[in-house]
Amino acid sequence: MKRILVREEYCIGCKLCEINCVAAQVGSSNLIKIYRYVPELPEPNLIVEEDEYTTFAIQCRNCDDPMCLKACITGAMHRDSFTGAIRVDKERCVGCWMCVMACPIGVIKRTNDGKKAASKCELCVDRGTPACVENCPNEALVLIEVGE
Amino acid sequence: MAKTRTPPEFILERDDYKCIRCLVCVRVCSYGANFYDEKENRVYTENSKCVGCHFCEAVCPTEAITVKRNKFDIKPSAHWTSEELFDVIKQAETGGILLTSMGNDKPQFNYFDRLVLNASQVTNPSIDPLREPMEIRTYLGKKDAYLEIFEENESQVILKTEVSQQLKLEIPVMFSAMSYGSISLNAIKSLARAAETMGTFFNTGEGGLHKDLKRFGKNMIVQCASGRFGVDIDYLNSGAAVEIKIGQGAKPGIGGHLPGEKVTEAISETRMIPVGTDAISPAPHHDIYSIEDLRQLIFAIKEATRYKKPVGVKIAAVHNVAAIASGIVRAGADFVTIDGIRGGTGATPKITRDHVGIPIEFAIAVVDQRLREEGIRHMASVVVAGGIRKSADVVKAIALGADAVYIGTTALVSLGCHLCQRCYLGKCNWGIATQDPKLVKRLNPEIGARRASNLLKAWTLEIKEILGGMGINAIESLRGNREVLRGVGLNERELQILGIKAAGEAW
Amino acid sequence: MNRFNVDYYSASSFIPIPDKDYRISSACGISGIMNRSGRSFNGEMIMKSMEIMHERGNGLGAGFAAYGIYPHLKGFYCFHMLYDDEFAKEETEEFLKKKYRIIESEPIPTRKNPRIKEVHILWRYFLDAGFAETSSEEDEVVSTVMFINEKIKGAFVVSSGKNMGIFKGVGYPEDIGDFYRLDEYSGYIWTAHNRFPTNTSGWWGGAHPFGILNWSVVHNGEISSYGINRRFLENYGYKCTLSTDTEVIAYLVDLFMRKMKYSHRVTSKIFAAPFWSEIDNAPENEKNLYTALRMNYGGALLNGPFAIIVANNQMMMGLSDRIKLRPLVAATKDDFLFIASEEAAIRVVCKDPQKIWSPKAGEPIAGFLYSGNREEKITETVALR
Repeated sequence: MKRILVREEYCIGCKLCEINCVAAQVGSSNLIKIYRYVPELPEPNLIVEEDEYTTFAIQCRNCDDPMCLKACITGAMHRDSFTGAIRVDKERCVGCWMCVMACPIGVIKRTNDGKKAASKCELCVDRGTPACVENCPNEALVLIEVGE
Repeated sequence: MAKTRTPPEFILERDDYKCIRCLVCVRVCSYGANFYDEKENRVYTENSKCVGCHFCEAVCPTEAITVKRNKFDIKPSAHWTSEELFDVIKQAETGGILLTSMGNDKPQFNYFDRLVLNASQVTNPSIDPLREPMEIRTYLGKKDAYLEIFEENESQVILKTEVSQQLKLEIPVMFSAMSYGSISLNAIKSLARAAETMGTFFNTGEGGLHKDLKRFGKNMIVQCASGRFGVDIDYLNSGAAVEIKIGQGAKPGIGGHLPGEKVTEAISETRMIPVGTDAISPAPHHDIYSIEDLRQLIFAIKEATRYKKPVGVKIAAVHNVAAIASGIVRAGADFVTIDGIRGGTGATPKITRDHVGIPIEFAIAVVDQRLREEGIRHMASVVVAGGIRKSADVVKAIALGADAVYIGTTALVSLGCHLCQRCYLGKCNWGIATQDPKLVKRLNPEIGARRASNLLKAWTLEIKEILGGMGINAIESLRGNREVLRGVGLNERELQILGIKAAGEAW
Repeated sequence: MNRFNVDYYSASSFIPIPDKDYRISSACGISGIMNRSGRSFNGEMIMKSMEIMHERGNGLGAGFAAYGIYPHLKGFYCFHMLYDDEFAKEETEEFLKKKYRIIESEPIPTRKNPRIKEVHILWRYFLDAGFAETSSEEDEVVSTVMFINEKIKGAFVVSSGKNMGIFKGVGYPEDIGDFYRLDEYSGYIWTAHNRFPTNTSGWWGGAHPFGILNWSVVHNGEISSYGINRRFLENYGYKCTLSTDTEVIAYLVDLFMRKMKYSHRVTSKIFAAPFWSEIDNAPENEKNLYTALRMNYGGALLNGPFAIIVANNQMMMGLSDRIKLRPLVAATKDDFLFIASEEAAIRVVCKDPQKIWSPKAGEPIAGFLYSGNREEKITETVALR
């Protein structure tokens, strides 16, 4: 099972992770086209927290005992059996935002593409390597293998 | 006019079509050169603040930024270059010494590029390093001119001589002395890990020893310089060797000065001085005013380390370098480090960096020759520094007579340095020459160690390739083998001093 | 006319001589025959062995070293000389007279050979250097040789040992042997060399063998480490006056085997050092020894392709480089030891050797004269391999 390890000591606060997360959600790697021509860009699924010298990016931890999964009333929030990542089935999501309320670290967002649905980091399971990890210039975000 | 406008050295060109206003460049510039105008939704650059470190260029996700050198279009003059002109203007305004960093950037001191190497053709076979062993292991330290061997019979051959302690290098390239203070802890950690991986050594410089570096002891040379910062008995015994620093190629004859504002808690601890006080290294060692004083210090250190660690002495390459090196060897040093005029530094007066000392190529040639003529070449190893940029330079330095080389600038370039020469400002965007925790974070020592190791790995392959081409399979056959060198575009006197023939001359 | 201290390079009439003033590359054939009982045999055998390797040379240099050829004068140093002219001869003799008693002074006997063009005055002296043979006397002889070769223009010492001599010149070995009338000498060790230099070599002194005192070296190969070997010797006070890699081998042999008194085994491990990978895996005491040898005498490592035969009055040794880039074959038959570049060169003089083999890279093959009743074996060092 792979998870993103956040290494605060190497985060330089450049926010390239946020920028590339957005691009990954749109589904293109051409940043110029995305930022110029996509009218309503999604919010990044990770946030760079900053406090003076301390900066780090944080995204869904894919908790072992996920509050969002428990809070979900439709079963849209589910665990991907193959990767172990928590994913949102956008068809089933009704936009009750219980998951947003329940998440202890506040990394679940609403989509802004018109449809009322929750959006969160799904470890880019459809993409391969997470875009934030791939584009972090200082390896402050790394994908590591963790035990079951 | 009280103030002349100094034109910016660099111009940052931003392709507005490509700029996505992600503001990465604004966030990363430690000099505050880039800024965002919200009203106009545009990113601007104050070019006069740009030092040309290219960090923003490296992190810009859309390649919208190009940092270009600003060509000051003064009336062309071979004598008055724009650098000369603006140096005068700066001094007219400030009345101070011009400071700079890194090594000499003038073209006239480079001799490595005027040397060419040999290869085998027909009369002796070249050796393929991918198929045959190719050895570049090097031992540094005092050697014996005669080994006493007792040969009882065919199978009982006993070495009677007790050989001196040596430094074993798997590649004859070490990382130069760079102190904690002049460079960041992450930079030193990167080099320390790379030295450990590659079986070579890094040097603490005169900054003392940070506790995180203790575990790298067997790959570390500890330095004892004129300020004696951080020097105590534990420090001397914590490395594999001790180097007494007399001089440095970038600033022969002058000391060092770490301003008090850079003496943070951690640095105060390793340098053993109060927080916020200036760390001043005097120009000479005030207990070494002559060669016999140096001998005392060498043996004081040998006593302190129970004769278990080689003790070296580092000097800048100056006019009388051969005689000085000979004196140092006779004073008991196990290795002599010679730093040429192109050697780098964290901060130095420009006048010293650019005009004092001699190119390392000549220094190697005369020192090696002098020590051989005196029959004492075996008594100490010769380590050279100052301008080694590539494996070819290593090969040429060794062929001229060096045992190993130190790389400083090149090592930093492998960590990201783009030679903006502003180390003395302490705002290094690459996290190297800075103590600002926000900037230090930018150098991840895992990445740094990987990159510095990669550099040495690549050089290992290249050196082996060159040796194989010459039909030599051990580096000791290259060392001092000036027959493999030929000079191009050198005058007769230069060739003579270098001890080499001109290109076109056969054996 | 003071002809001493001539600065060759500034003299306006300077014409560089190959081998002497610049180095030339060459490939060669070598052969050595030794009778370990000390029984002498004449030069025809070695000439026959060399003749079959005619193709390994190109007629631009050949030579022989013979041991045991002057039994009646074996207590005296025999100097074989090459002179360019009478001036050089006079000057050398004057110099020798100051230090030595000249017992005999005579031309080296030669026979007219249509293929040998005589260019030098060939002369030999038997010199009495004083009393007992001490090492300081040997050092004195070495410095005499170095002085003549370096300072007296047109004079060259070909060999300087006792009861031995070196005969060499420009030509094929069979012609050189015939020219020097080697069939009329008998000795118990003969080594020979056939040369294939890559440019014209007009100078007889450039041919092999090279000798200093009783030592002689024949060498097939090119020493790529020449530059540092030469400078390594400088640290020990040797001045290489010729520009040939074989000269450095002769001096290195002198340094290690005569001065430092190392055995042929230790010397071989300096010349053809084992690889670090082998040293690292050796038992502790061997590891320390070989590490120390490589560390201290790295400048004496002979790198590049070579096969050499080294001889003195007591022994003959064959050695190839550490990865055997040049051929070397050895054979034994009764009390004979043969070492040559090719098996054919042995078989032509010894049809049925008891043992014939190719020594491994860097492994010395050495035969010594039998001492007393003891039947000594041919030594073949196998440590580390």
